[in-house]
Parts: sequence; C-alpha cells; structure tokens
Amino acid sequence: MKRSSIGAWAAIAFGATYFIVPLIATFEFSLRIRRGEYSFGAYANVFADPRFQSTFIYTITIAVATIVVGALLVVPTAYWVRLRLPRLRPIVEFITLLPLVVPAIIIVFGYLRMYNTSSLLPFTATGWATDLLLVFSYVTLGLPYMYRAVDTGLRAIDIRTLTEAALCLGAGWPTILFRVILPNVRSAVLSGAFLTFAIVIGEFTMAALLNRPAFGPYMQLIGANRAYEPSALAIIAFFITWACMGLLQIVGRSRQPAALH
Amino acid sequence: MAFLELEGVNKSFGSHQVVQTVDLSIQRGEFVAFLGPSGCGKTTTLRMVAGFEEPSAGTIRIGDRDVTHLKPNQRNVGMVFQAYALFPNMTVAQNVGFGLKVQKKPAAEIGPRVEEMLKLIKLPHLAERYPYQLSGGQQQRVALARAIATKPQVLLLDEPLSALDAKIRVSLREEIKALQRELGITTVYVTHDQEEALSMSDRIVVMSEGRVEQIGTPFEIYNHPRTRFVASFVGTLNILTASVIDAGTGCIAIDGQEVVAARGVAGAARGATLSVALRPEAVLLAGAGGMRNKLDGTIEEVDFLGSVVRVRVRFAENAVSLDTFNNPNAPPPRHGDKVTISFAPEDLLVLESDAA
Repeated sequence: MKRSSIGAWAAIAFGATYFIVPLIATFEFSLRIRRGEYSFGAYANVFADPRFQSTFIYTITIAVATIVVGALLVVPTAYWVRLRLPRLRPIVEFITLLPLVVPAIIIVFGYLRMYNTSSLLPFTATGWATDLLLVFSYVTLGLPYMYRAVDTGLRAIDIRTLTEAALCLGAGWPTILFRVILPNVRSAVLSGAFLTFAIVIGEFTMAALLNRPAFGPYMQLIGANRAYEPSALAIIAFFITWACMGLLQIVGRSRQPAALH
Repeated sequence: MAFLELEGVNKSFGSHQVVQTVDLSIQRGEFVAFLGPSGCGKTTTLRMVAGFEEPSAGTIRIGDRDVTHLKPNQRNVGMVFQAYALFPNMTVAQNVGFGLKVQKKPAAEIGPRVEEMLKLIKLPHLAERYPYQLSGGQQQRVALARAIATKPQVLLLDEPLSALDAKIRVSLREEIKALQRELGITTVYVTHDQEEALSMSDRIVVMSEGRVEQIGTPFEIYNHPRTRFVASFVGTLNILTASVIDAGTGCIAIDGQEVVAARGVAGAARGATLSVALRPEAVLLAGAGGMRNKLDGTIEEVDFLGSVVRVRVRFAENAVSLDTFNNPNAPPPRHGDKVTISFAPEDLLVLESDAA
C-alpha cells in the first residue's frame, strides 16, 4: 500500500472515530436506564411523555409553515432578481447571508423590541401571533440555505426564455411562476426545505426567548432534569436530522428533466 | 392594407440607439425575413413585435389593433426561440397544449388540436416524451407546433435553426416554409444566414447597425443590392472601386481599364469614385464574344473545390473572384497566368451609398 493511501485511510479513520465514538457512547448511555441491562426504557419514557409529542408536533407544524412561507418568499424573489433585477443580485445575496453572521439571539432580541406588546405590531401579545413571529424568524434563519438552493436551481434553467415562451402563449405571472418555473426548481426548493426543516427541529434560542413550546426548549428542559432521556432525545434528534438529509439526497438524485438535458 | 405594420419604430438602450426608425408593412400571410449580422437590431425589432421590448418611439399594429404598449400575453403572437424553450417539466403533448390550456379551452378541444399539431409536425408518436428525450430538430418542431397551436395572428421565429446541424437545418427550413404556406400565417423570421433568408422568404429586410438597408424580394436583394453593405452581406460579391469617365454612356474605369455599366452612373461627375459590384457567376474567364466588358488581369489564387474551381484575378488595386466548372479535359489556370475576364454591362451593379 502506498504511503499516501495509508495517510488517507488514517485521516478517514480519525474522522470517523471523531464523529462515531461520541454517537456510540451517547447511544450506549441512553440504553442504560435499567441497572445491569441494556434497554430502550429511556426511549419509551421519551415517547410516552406527552410533552415530547406536543412539542414535536408543534415544531413540525412550525417547520412546515416556515418552509411554505420561505418558499413563497424566496422563489418569486430569486426568480424576479434573476429575470429583471440581475444588478441587485449581490445585494440580495448579502442580505440572505446576514442570518449566518448575526447571531440568533441578537435577531430575537430585535424582534422582542420591535414587536412587543406596546409596539405598533404587537406580535408577542397573543399565542398565535407569537407563533407567526416564530415562523418569520425561522424563515430568516433558513434564508441563506433556501435562497442559495433556489438560486442554484434557477441557474440550471433558462428562465428568461421559458418566461418569454409562456408569455407568448398567453400566460400571466401566476401561471408562469406556479406552472412553469416552480415545477422546474422543485428539487431545489425541496433541498432548501429539508435544510430548513433540519434547522427548525433543533432550534432553541428563538423558541425559548419567544416562550414557545417547541422541541428545542423541551430537549433543554429534559437535559437539565433527567439523566438518560436527554441521550435518547439526542439520538432521536440525530436520526430525524439524518432522515432529512437522506430525503434531500433522494430528491437530489430524482429525475430532473432540466438537469438531464 | 398591411396586416403587420411598423411605423417609425426605434429603440434605444440608454444613449445607445439599437434600432433606428424602422418602417415596414407586412401583408397577411407573407413570410418576411430580417437578415443581418449580430447586433444589427433584427432581434430587438422582433422582440418589439412580440412585446418583450417597448419601442422608444413609433407604433406597431397587428391587424387594425395598435399593440405598441400591449403586454406580450395580450398580443396573440406565437414565437419560436433559438433555444427551443420547451417547458422541461411537461411532455410534448402538454407543451403543445399549454397555450390552449392557458386560454381555458375545454379538454375536448385541446386533445384533438394537440393531435392535429403533432401530426402536422410528423411527431404524433412522441406525444408522451419529455423535451430532454428529443433531438434538437424534434424539439424545435415541437416548439413550432406549440407556437401555432393557439392560432396566433403572427408567427415570430428568432433564429430557430441556428442551434441545429447543417443537414437538419436544411430539412427543417423546408418544413417551416411548407407549414407556413399551408397555414397562411403571417411570419417574421430572424436570421443571420443569407441562404435561409433567400430560400424561405417572400421578402427580406436587410439590417445593419440598427438601420434597414434594403427591403425586397430575394431576387431583388440578391441581384440588385442597393448598398455596399447589402452587396457584401448577401451572397459572394466582388466589390470594386471605379472612377467615372462619362456618366452619359455609363463609361467607368476599373484600375485604368474602361468598362460600361448599364445603369446607375447617370448624374455622376466625371472623375467621381464609385463602388461597383459583380456577382462571381456573372463573370466569365476569357473574353467571350457578345460581352462588351473585358478586363485583363493576373491569376492570383486558384481554389479547386471539386465540381467548381474558384479563381481570383487581380488587376491593380481591385480583384475579382469567379467560379468556373471543373473540366476533366482541361486543367484549371495556374497562379500568375495572364487572363482576360468578361461580363455584361447589365451585371455591373453601381452601389447606391457611393453613387453620386
């Protein structure tokens, strides 16, 4: 075996150990709830906890709403910027990158200041309005991923000519957007959607500071009060995230006529 | 009365004027080609007819309707693009039926119309295929079917054959022409390929630097180019510089040798410089009888092209290319041979922009 390939294998082994050992250790620890034997008791406790179910359902609902609002915001924006305002593209890209450099806690404090009960838009006054604010804040958090995914998808098709062809055939803007453009960037939108989903599932800061019953704060609560259940929750969250990534891969590999041509 | 009319249409992007005062009347059912090099304004003019660009000045009328400020989806024009522009997420049948669906036609009407269109382009067996499963030629035929499925008033084609290989280009242009004749649809065709324009159109609009240089039938454009640009752009043309000796008799001198031009010299001052043009096929090697004009020169270049031999004869400043048929019993002339060429006075074209 060549020296270079030994080095490569050693690097892979080190990387795998770095990632897998903590995971195995966490999994192994999560099985030790009963003295002297391995069991899935901690998982049973987690699944039996009504707060797990309610927070998990709540977070999935918020995630789906985030994806819908995000897609409705990003797809027309990215499409219009590419079609009519290409000079604005660097500015829009910069804006969409801001959530990566501005910490979530700063954003949420900004929201609390802007939308508190004594403001003109008192989003935090009622539960449903705060849910709405949480969705908007998650849309902001997911913006860098959603925008990039959609923009890359749009780059793969000739949107200008497709738009003009549809216009000539009598189509209006909603028809063009929903029947011509969106179906052709479906994979890109789904990629952005799954990344957004993965972010929302584990998000703590915004949900906690807006005082919403989300999965992130629940994990923190369990972590602070129980021994084995947090490990079980960590493994569950890990698998949910990886399931999202797996779906992303499947969608990415699915047949996309524009890409094949 | 003209069916499609452009009146004083011009277009500027900032301070750059890309189309300068185009006046054009196209009759119903006519096939008109915009011919010119890249950047001459032909595509911009077509896009103004389609509604993708708004004229800076002037009016565009289709039928009796002023469409100058109408949106593209309100004009009822069909368009075929160079890049096909088929919707990748739709099958061939869905692509062809898209416009009809947008018009909210009943399914009972869309189905038969799509079938009819696919039969017309001879691709009924590919109805369920996706665009990426078709060849370039097939895609362009589908794009054509899609454009005419909605029965548009005007069909616009923007260099539709440019992306195809030579053989398919020839067969498809025949198909497009046959289809246009069958449907009788008013058609505007943009191309930079003179062969395409000459073989397909009823009339050609030659454009250069945003201006219309000449409008005429292919015969007129080829045989009687009015400007130096048209003469040089359409076909292979010898352009020579001559000076006027006697405007009354049409006598001019090319590198000191006197010849006669049948028309176009009248009114020119003695000694004035003219640009004259000669088609290679109008020139004969050796001074054949009956032809009055003769020029003596030296063979500068001989290209053996198989059935044709292209010979370039130089005088002094000017040179003429001419084509002769290959004769297996007589070898072609050689470089440096002294020869005489001849041509009829009628074949000597005096170009307008340089005429007095």
